[in-house]
Amino acid sequence: MSSNWLKYSSPQTFFPLAGKLAFWFGVLALIACAAGLYIGFFRAPTDAQQGEAYRIIFIHVPAAWMSMFLYLVMAFWAGLGLAFNTRLSGMMASAIAPTGALFTFLALWTGSLWGKPTWGTWWVWDARLTSELILLFLYFGFMALQAAIDDPRRADKAGAVLALVGVVNIPIIYFSVKWWNTLHQGASVSLTKAPTMAATMLTGMVVMAFGFWFYSIAAALMRSRCIMLERERASEWAVEYARGSA
Amino acid sequence: MMAALRCVIVRDLLLAARRSSDVLTVLLFFVIVVSLFPLGIGPDPSLLRTIAPGVIWVAALLASMLALQRMFASDHTDGTLEQMLLGATPLGMTVAAKVFAHWVVSGLPLVLISPVLALQFDFPQELLGVLALSLALGTPVLSLIGAIGAALTLGLRGGGALLSLLVLPLYVPVLIIGAGSADAAASGLGGHAQILLLGAMLVFAGAFAPWAAAVALRISAE
Amino acid sequence: MSWGSWENFLAMGGHAFYVWGSYLVTLGLLIAEIVLLALRKRSALARLRVHGAAAQGDR
Repeated sequence: MSSNWLKYSSPQTFFPLAGKLAFWFGVLALIACAAGLYIGFFRAPTDAQQGEAYRIIFIHVPAAWMSMFLYLVMAFWAGLGLAFNTRLSGMMASAIAPTGALFTFLALWTGSLWGKPTWGTWWVWDARLTSELILLFLYFGFMALQAAIDDPRRADKAGAVLALVGVVNIPIIYFSVKWWNTLHQGASVSLTKAPTMAATMLTGMVVMAFGFWFYSIAAALMRSRCIMLERERASEWAVEYARGSA
Repeated sequence: MMAALRCVIVRDLLLAARRSSDVLTVLLFFVIVVSLFPLGIGPDPSLLRTIAPGVIWVAALLASMLALQRMFASDHTDGTLEQMLLGATPLGMTVAAKVFAHWVVSGLPLVLISPVLALQFDFPQELLGVLALSLALGTPVLSLIGAIGAALTLGLRGGGALLSLLVLPLYVPVLIIGAGSADAAASGLGGHAQILLLGAMLVFAGAFAPWAAAVALRISAE
Repeated sequence: MSWGSWENFLAMGGHAFYVWGSYLVTLGLLIAEIVLLALRKRSALARLRVHGAAAQGDR
């Protein structure tokens, strides 16, 4: 059984599997997001304090959850690649990064648009939003470092070191920002504090989170396929595949 | 091994002494950047007094970042780095020695001149010690974290800007705690907690950063 | 949750700009990501056909 799974650690065998998985996770993502949006717009009631603006929460919180979760997954794959010298693990980490950065940006964007009607400003130096901003910089740093290194093996390993250092720092950054925020008494209410959670609101958020998670898996797998095609230029299987799909 | 480390430190300090303009440039950058803030914001003394720790900390952060690239670059070009990689001394210790020398050259001067700059902002005299202490503890942490970034970006195009992008997010906790110590002292709460936290960060960084930088150096130099 | 009318749904209690601004940007960026990936795959395949043929010819 284990030997069957291990065979997927080579790009050649993982490539077709990734394609199939990407498709099915995409389908699951569509279903989950449709369900989540239905709950969010047609089941969850209007909030007494924030009116309809709170419905942004159904994107904002799942996106924020994804941004942090994807960084952890990225660091995991990067660390695995560094420890066991497996090419595919490094490719997986590189594949996840842009999707993670995208969700971080969406968390910031939706957070800002949520803040304006509810708290009156486009940006608040709230602990979570500020930490989210720094997380975006961490993603960009990872992507920039990999982009600056030509040799893919060095790029994988260097990125891995950076991702692991980042992972260790994220809790430190979060707590220092939270401390800084409470000390300086910024906004007295946190932007990400949801209105008193009706059960439907929580359900909607969780379902959307699953939708985003399945989407992230699909996107990362698609990107990993692109990375494999770009890096394995000398391999026969890649050339054969390219010819076959002409 | 201590002899080898002493050798590394002395060599780096000698090299820096010979190129003393490098040291002075960092110091002058620090001074100039600090002077820019009143020019940009206005000379209102109460405002300046409030922002003094933050401004000085940010400027120290930027100034020490300027000097980071030099940490391994010259050794990389003249082949000394290869010798260090092959040598008997554990690379982590060698990196620690280099970071120490780097701090003496580009961090310590900032610590020493910071009280003068703080006085320019009419920062209370009795609190200058807290500010200087926070910088004394914080700038080595910056050098240690920066060493990881310098090792990762060794020899890459876009070096300086890329290094900044990598390293600045990691600097944020140090900045918050460091500037916070002087701020807290200024508002009467006392900066002891932050100073202790800075000490803890220094110990933590001192233990792990040289090792991480050594790993990064091996990756970059191969 | 019944909106009463299509107009009410679109108006989002006066917060249409913020709510739809969030949702549409999200949808747009997620779709853009997939589209860009599809384009990237296509150019990777094209490059493989060109360079792959050259590499194979060297053997």
